[in-house]
Amino acid sequence: MKPTRVADVIVIGAGIIGAACARELARCGQQVLVIDAGLHSATAAGMGHLLVLDDNQAELDISRYSLRRWRELGPQLPDDCAYRSNGTLWLAANEQELAAAEAKSINLRGEGIRCEMIPGHSLQEMEPILRDGLHGALRLPDDGILYAPNTARWMLDNPRIRQRRARVTELDGNRVRLDSGEWLSSEAVVLANGIQAVDLCPELPIAPKKGHLLITDRYPHPVTHTITELSYLTSVHNSSGASVACNIQPRPTGQLFIGTSRQFDTLDPEVEGWLLARMLKHAASYAPGLAKLNGIRAWAGFRAATPDGMPLIGEHPAQPGLWLAVGHEGLGVTTAPATADLLAALLFNEAEPIPAAAYAPGRYLGEPTHA
Amino acid sequence: MSEHADVLIIGAGPAGLSAALAAANDGAQVVLLDDNPLPGGQIWRDGAQANIPSQARHLRDSVEAHTHIQRHAATRVVAKAGSQALLVENPERGWVITYRSLILCTGARELLLPFPGWTLPGVTGAGGLQALIKGGMPVVDERIVIAGSGPLLLASADTAKHHGAQVVRIAEQAPLGAVATFAMQLPRWPHKLLQSFSLFDAGYRTGTRIVAALGQDHLEGVRLQRGNKVEELACERLACGFGLIPNVQLGQALGCALGNNAIQVDAWQATDVAGVYAAGECTGFGGSELALVEGRIAGHVAAGNREAAQRLWGERQRWQRFAGSLNQHFALDPTLKHLAAPDTLLCRCEDVPYAAVAAHANWREAKLSTRCGMGACQGKVCGAAAHYLFDWPPVAPRPPFTPTRIETLIQLESAAQSEH
Ligand SMILES: Cc1cc2nc3c(=O)[nH]c(=O)nc-3n(C[C@H](O)[C@H](O)[C@H](O)COP(=O)(O)OP(=O)(O)OC[C@H]3O[C@@H](n4cnc5c(N)ncnc54)[C@H](O)[C@@H]3O)c2cc1C
Ligand SMILES: Cc1cc2nc3c(=O)[nH]c(=O)nc-3n(C[C@H](O)[C@H](O)[C@H](O)COP(=O)(O)OP(=O)(O)OC[C@H]3O[C@@H](n4cnc5c(N)ncnc54)[C@H](O)[C@@H]3O)c2cc1C
Repeated sequence: MKPTRVADVIVIGAGIIGAACARELARCGQQVLVIDAGLHSATAAGMGHLLVLDDNQAELDISRYSLRRWRELGPQLPDDCAYRSNGTLWLAANEQELAAAEAKSINLRGEGIRCEMIPGHSLQEMEPILRDGLHGALRLPDDGILYAPNTARWMLDNPRIRQRRARVTELDGNRVRLDSGEWLSSEAVVLANGIQAVDLCPELPIAPKKGHLLITDRYPHPVTHTITELSYLTSVHNSSGASVACNIQPRPTGQLFIGTSRQFDTLDPEVEGWLLARMLKHAASYAPGLAKLNGIRAWAGFRAATPDGMPLIGEHPAQPGLWLAVGHEGLGVTTAPATADLLAALLFNEAEPIPAAAYAPGRYLGEPTHA
Repeated sequence: MSEHADVLIIGAGPAGLSAALAAANDGAQVVLLDDNPLPGGQIWRDGAQANIPSQARHLRDSVEAHTHIQRHAATRVVAKAGSQALLVENPERGWVITYRSLILCTGARELLLPFPGWTLPGVTGAGGLQALIKGGMPVVDERIVIAGSGPLLLASADTAKHHGAQVVRIAEQAPLGAVATFAMQLPRWPHKLLQSFSLFDAGYRTGTRIVAALGQDHLEGVRLQRGNKVEELACERLACGFGLIPNVQLGQALGCALGNNAIQVDAWQATDVAGVYAAGECTGFGGSELALVEGRIAGHVAAGNREAAQRLWGERQRWQRFAGSLNQHFALDPTLKHLAAPDTLLCRCEDVPYAAVAAHANWREAKLSTRCGMGACQGKVCGAAAHYLFDWPPVAPRPPFTPTRIETLIQLESAAQSEH
């Protein structure tokens, strides 16, 4: 094997994570080659809700930093990226959830994040699609939405970035082998190939979590905020069985995305009717106005889940030259900017934009074996 | 609420109607559904100006009168609901129909290919023009150009003339030799459609293709090309169709194998999925006579009467020869793949130009990055065009197969439990 040196950095994967990393590395002056196999990606399947989550410090750090970066980037994004700062409404269906919403609002405010409590009786006025009798909601006005596939393409449109359609079949530190048999090398290789990361690094603790989505026809102004439920917080962290949560997101076209489901131990990309139905029924239980709307398309995708729900960002402890940016679960569109900035900072030994430890691959892969 | 059928038939064109009658006469409980308000399929569309042959009227009346046949109009199949069950929807409600046997009679649709100007108001498909006229659209004294390929151009021209239009040109892409050979064989298959087939129509030209529809915000004329000769004609309407493509999506969703882009069937009209049959133009283009006899065979077989089915094999063979000749002589010239200019819209629902789609490796990627096929028609037109233009294989649809009310989809929860 005689590898050809093709770039300063090779990035494997042109999803939102690979694209954000490539863009940041190019901004740092690197010549980047992005290799993508054109597989079914999470970026194409996902919902593009940009949201702050505060279940733990690591999640808050990475989402808050990223949202700030998306707001900075927003004005530059072309129209077809459909970036909007439309805000999130976290619905509380009972007293417990209302208490949880209030606790969350106190925590968020303490962290400097704008939010407000909306009383139950004002909810329908704000979003007429909702049922009455909801106990209230927490509103985060600075959350947003994004059409991630076009944003990824836009990020890759850069004079320092070259793209190549190929499948990587083997990795060895800073060398990669393509399906053509050819070996390529660079100073560093960034692995950002989502759920398929385990094909190349079986030691990574990443499991597929299937999710269904449906998009409706266009309707005049049906919904303003991205509407989600507080019990979503509990369903996200279920580690087995199938679950559904209400997630309704307006598109700038007047369409609605309706999600979402979570399922483990399957890699079957088919839409499963029974689960799609359960998901829609659940969403309609919050928003009865959905019942008469036409769903025009449904699909399923896979989130790359790690055991603690946090991504792996940093150098592979056992493979010098190989850098990981994988395992973003259901939040990778949101957290792409922080991932890219953190990865670049680690690569160039610069100050970390957010504390890196919570995302360090070493938490699962052990400490570096090289000096 | 659900419904059960011994034999469930999707599509009430010639194939579906004759299948329903055959199966019901054999004693089966039949449910027949179609997404149009009236039965008859593409050829016997009722409408203000429709003129239905008496044989068709008789078939339709027999189906309506039969106590073993339940017909649902304006009803579409939207998803599989477990094994041997489909979720369907009409304008009022959604429900599940379970079945013992299923016959797909989903027919074919016109292949529309993009060329400069094809999205101008006044430009339609050839069959589309016919349907509009039958539906009541006046065309008296209008100048009409009909272009594309196949006998449907002539059927369409015939309808237009009959309703007072002036058909100034019929441009057939197939070369004279092929069309003449086909026409010479016609006496072997005398039937209605072909009576209108006249090479002596003063406006009929072979080896002629459309180059562009002309006009700013509505159609003013067309540019045609024959060999090196270019001709421009003024007209108010242009109808353009490049033959028919089988509607295979439902078959694909059920797992039926395809061959030649049509649903593959054996001598019993059976697909490779147990209990699922197919008849008519979803199994390949062949005209209404072939669709009728295939439908009868499928109906008998699905109802368990193989003897009756086998007695019809000879008649089917005769019309298969006709279909073979038709498909051979009207084969599309590969240069038709290059009618579009880079900026010609391929997907008119989402305004996606030809060049943007052509830059991709397959339909899935093109959809994702350009949104082609994601608009109102869900790729019915541009998906078929892309399939022909770029040789991209058709992709099996996911539920919902067509836009469906969310309250209907919710019924899949209990319906599909049996499968889960
Ligand atoms: C249903 C659903 C809803 C979601 N909703 C949201 C949301 O609202 N908000 C949010 O922030 N996140 C959401 N997510 C999560 C988000 O979509 C993902 O975290 C994110 O897209 C991951 O991006 P990625 O670049 O890591 O991976 P991917 O987008 O999967 O990209 C990986 C790329 O790598 C390529 N590749 C794979 N293997 C190889 C190989 N061997 N050689 C070459 N190339 C290869 C693939 O072709 C692919 O393009 C959702 C996910 C799903 C499934
Ligand atoms: C636009 C057009 C015009 C034509 N005009 C003529 C003509 O003038 N003369 C002639 O000889 N031939 C004509 N043909 C050819 C004609 O299609 C055949 O001769 C004959 O009608 C085929 O019969 P069929 O039963 O196989 O299909 P079709 O007649 O196409 O009937 C299929 C039926 O199934 C319905 N259907 C399909 N999918 C679904 C679903 N998922 N759920 C519910 N319903 C469904 C369709 O709406 C349709 O009503 C025309 C074809 C087209 C496409």
